[in-house]
Amino acid sequence: MISSFQKACIVGIGQTEFSKASGRSEQQLAAEAILAACNDAGIDPASIDGMTTFSLDHSDEVDVMRSLGCEEIKYTTRLPQGGAASVSTIVHAKNAVESGICDTFLIFRAMNERSQYRFGQPHHSMSPDAHSSTFMEWCFPFGAQTPASWEALSCGPYLHKYGVTSEDLGRIAVTFRKAASTNPNAWFYEKPITIEDHQNSRWIVEPTLRLLDCCQESDGGVAIIITRADKAKDCKQTPVQILGAEYSMLFNHEIISDFYQGDLIRTENSEIVADRLAAAAGIAPKDTDVAMIYDNFTPQVLRQLEGFKYCGIGEANDYIKDGNLELDGKTPLSPNGGLMGEGYIHGMNNITEGVRQMRGTAANQIRNAKTAMLASGVAGAIIGV
Amino acid sequence: MRPDPIKRIDTAFFWDACEQGKFVVQKCEPCNTLWHPPRPMCPKCHSVEKTHQKLSGKGVIMSWVRQVRPASYGFENSPFVILVELNEGLRIVSNLISDSAPVIGDTVEVDFEKTVGGKSVPIFKRVVD
Repeated sequence: MISSFQKACIVGIGQTEFSKASGRSEQQLAAEAILAACNDAGIDPASIDGMTTFSLDHSDEVDVMRSLGCEEIKYTTRLPQGGAASVSTIVHAKNAVESGICDTFLIFRAMNERSQYRFGQPHHSMSPDAHSSTFMEWCFPFGAQTPASWEALSCGPYLHKYGVTSEDLGRIAVTFRKAASTNPNAWFYEKPITIEDHQNSRWIVEPTLRLLDCCQESDGGVAIIITRADKAKDCKQTPVQILGAEYSMLFNHEIISDFYQGDLIRTENSEIVADRLAAAAGIAPKDTDVAMIYDNFTPQVLRQLEGFKYCGIGEANDYIKDGNLELDGKTPLSPNGGLMGEGYIHGMNNITEGVRQMRGTAANQIRNAKTAMLASGVAGAIIGV
Repeated sequence: MRPDPIKRIDTAFFWDACEQGKFVVQKCEPCNTLWHPPRPMCPKCHSVEKTHQKLSGKGVIMSWVRQVRPASYGFENSPFVILVELNEGLRIVSNLISDSAPVIGDTVEVDFEKTVGGKSVPIFKRVVD
């Protein structure tokens, strides 16, 4: 058991604007977001001594140091598994500072996934070698070549078993877009949608995903600074504690192309994470005040609500129908509008929103929010003030 | 036309067998366990001695999709992608060759189709009762 002054806290968040064409390099987006996070925290970028990002990120650690003037890096790591890595970054950050390896730890992710390349299009230049998010070799020659197609194939048995309709999925999209419509930083600010809009949007992948079931390829950068409680008290912002951060990857499972193990109904890795989190944080995900749930595609919300034990298996659709995900409901869902409504910076902008909710500074602030659940499938974290 | 399969050292046996019209999976030599997708080591007994075994080629559709936008790269028309649970208990992603949409629970049987470079991949057709 570590003492309270050693506990990891999020002290800085930074992000660029989210757009369809940033007009500058991914490396510059990363540097701008990192500088913004340092300024937010009131720390000198020179003091950053450890960092992590996604294995898919194109900004090199040494290049980050070169722009930000970091004096010495003692620990770096890169996380596999695509967007599922987003909350995993918190696990690594917590371990890096609580172990004493690092004092000032940086998480960053920057991408021009709309203007420079198309993240949602067929990846025909991708290496056939495994990279854990998707094993292209077993999908590509059969015409399953996009994240939307893998996700829909993996979710098919669940949606079929519980009779989830396209309208049901539409209700999830409407919820995100409603929140985004009152968030000035959201790409879809002042652009709510109706179920009819959803039903009229074109198919992306039959028989499951319409255009409005999908997050939007976005350009932008996000950065987060973590330190220990003893150092956090000298920073500008109210420290947001990482009460628990857990991760679980199970044998023979993949991330988005998760076809080969289990019944494809339950998400056992999320269930394990939920239990470990409740033990570590002293509060279960379902009892937290805000739910930041990774939303690359609408079915993910159903599966994570069940995986992280907000409701029982097969009950998520009714849980949503009952209005629980509304901002004044029991489980306020991504008040920033989520990745669908605000922007898709690979999940990282949902983490910065969780921090703003804890600080009380969000555009759509949940009243008296003291704890937030951050979820990205294989990883979960509970933060609080 | 359908893209060629992407062969790797550890998976070449699968695609080579397809070219001979054989539907096989990796079999661990010492412990006889079948695995798909293939892997360099048997996760059960940790042997690297591998062979392969011909399967019945029969299974049941567990899930299906069709990539509409963007359309499937290389194909004239985006095919029906299916996840098949094979009678031997393994699963494989493939295609259903049919004019009508797949139905979860339908029984299917393997066949083969040529790719743009003259290679071959396993595809499935409905079993007519």
